[in-house]
Amino acid sequence: MNTLKKYLGLIWLILAPVVIYFLVSGAITHIDPNGKKDINNPVIWIIIITIFTPIAIGLMIFGWYALKGEYDHLPDNSNEIN
Amino acid sequence: MNETISAKTIRTVIGASSVGTMIEWYDFYIFGMLAKTISTQFFPEGNSTAALLSTLAIFAAGFIVRPFGALVFGRLGDLIGRKYTFLLTLILMGGSTFLIGLVPGYKSIGIAAPLLVLLLRLLQGLALGGEYGGAATYVAEHAPANKRGFYTSWIQTTATIGLFIALGVIMAVKLNMSDEQFNKEWGGWRYPFWISVLLVIVSVYIRMRMHESPLFSKLKAEGKVSKNPLKESFSNKANFKMVLLALFGAVMGQGVIWYTGQFYAQSFLETKCGLEFEQSRTIMLWAIAFATPFFVFFGWLSDKIGRKWIMLIGMLMGVVLYRPIFSTFLKDTNVKEWMKTGDPSKYTVIEPAKTDTISKGDTVLMHSKNKLEYNGIRFTEEKFDTLSKEMGYTLYPPLSSFEKDKSPTYAADKKPVYSNVHLSTSTYWKFVGLVFIMILMVTMVYGPIAAFLVEMFPTKIRYTSMSLPYHIGNGVFGGLVPFIGLLLTTSFPSDPLVGLWYPIGVAALCFIIGIIYLKNGIDEDVTD
Repeated sequence: MNTLKKYLGLIWLILAPVVIYFLVSGAITHIDPNGKKDINNPVIWIIIITIFTPIAIGLMIFGWYALKGEYDHLPDNSNEIN
Repeated sequence: MNETISAKTIRTVIGASSVGTMIEWYDFYIFGMLAKTISTQFFPEGNSTAALLSTLAIFAAGFIVRPFGALVFGRLGDLIGRKYTFLLTLILMGGSTFLIGLVPGYKSIGIAAPLLVLLLRLLQGLALGGEYGGAATYVAEHAPANKRGFYTSWIQTTATIGLFIALGVIMAVKLNMSDEQFNKEWGGWRYPFWISVLLVIVSVYIRMRMHESPLFSKLKAEGKVSKNPLKESFSNKANFKMVLLALFGAVMGQGVIWYTGQFYAQSFLETKCGLEFEQSRTIMLWAIAFATPFFVFFGWLSDKIGRKWIMLIGMLMGVVLYRPIFSTFLKDTNVKEWMKTGDPSKYTVIEPAKTDTISKGDTVLMHSKNKLEYNGIRFTEEKFDTLSKEMGYTLYPPLSSFEKDKSPTYAADKKPVYSNVHLSTSTYWKFVGLVFIMILMVTMVYGPIAAFLVEMFPTKIRYTSMSLPYHIGNGVFGGLVPFIGLLLTTSFPSDPLVGLWYPIGVAALCFIIGIIYLKNGIDEDVTD
């Protein structure tokens, strides 16, 4: 299981920039000053990309930790975190 | 220590925490549910500044301010204590809600109106971001290890009960007055905002009488309170990796299941299936009423068999069942297809066509409205048609006799439009059952999650550490369901269910991460 955890870490590492790429390309395709839908509104895209970028970075860090074996052992008790 | 707390005390703790959190959800929902009226009053069409403020009020409150509130109040809760922090969030939320109900409309004070409403909405988002973590932590820190899931599950019912009460209060106010009385500047739409202040006063009074969490008090007495909870939560690798695991292995999937079952389903029934207002709302109300006890059941069950599998099975059910369920909604209300391919002898005309005509120059727009029944399902069929001199028809009465220049705002279209679908009794209860299944999934992923999050983090940084992933999961991943749904529907218009791939994809990803990385253990001792 630990080997699987590590290999999957690579996928999470790659997935994060892919998500950002799709969000940015979605914004470029759909932003339209004459459009009336939410997906045409640049402000919404700015908010979403701004909030999603740190989340995607978090997913990359998660993938990195997984790859480095940080999740091979999880604490049995929250006391271990202290 | 926890075992010495009496049953009466724990009931009071659960009651005081749950009622306050329920009121906060109620406050947050009524703004969303009254968005159309609020928009007319504060964000008039055609004003670009007001449109920008409206967008910020809707999107920024959920996506940015909620996680920010989790950080601000989480930190405060770990520094000064749970009791005073979630008392503060309650006052902030109640005050903001009440004040929204007092802001004069755009017609009276101009751009100050949307500005004030935006500010108050952002304060609501901030308060909501701080409330949940406090309430869940407060209850969990009073609970014995073998009942932590059961006791905290009462907090989990509050988001759904808050939705139920918000739906009920708005319906009750609306049914007791005309649309005009409800929608006018100082009309009935303000009552749900004003009612909130009474609820908040009662809840603040109850919470004021509560004591601080015993675990936090102990920590404080021993001088072990965190000096910098944000730093300790996110720069301590051992803790930060658990924050990431909580987000990607549990809360992310929980957020989309929660949103799809409670909000997307209702919007789908109204907009894609064309269900009439009352039926779509009562379907939700029945399903919520039947499913809500299961929050407590799954919380209780999680104390017996662990939290992980209950949550993951809830996500898996979403992945497997969403498309069949929504496909049934569409199939059972596909009036357009029945009218195209069905047997005409099976239609019953309930109300014969009423035709309105509007003239514009040499053209007459004809608008006819039929009420029909097919397979026990009633619906309205509207047809728009254009007649003009060029077509060679001889009209009676002649074109010149129609009232001139009414400037129609719709385009002539020969395709009929179907709306106000009224389900037969059996289909109605079938839909209640299907929505019930979706809310049952919500109870599976949401019921045990407070105990799960509390057990992941140590007492001194618990409020901060659990609040941020919770609000990113629910506010951001859950809140994006309608937006990404619209994005997918626009990109792939041939599949009416394509919007579901977002919640299905996120739930599937979270399921895989959860199954591989999460443990199913219950942390017996959270006194660390």
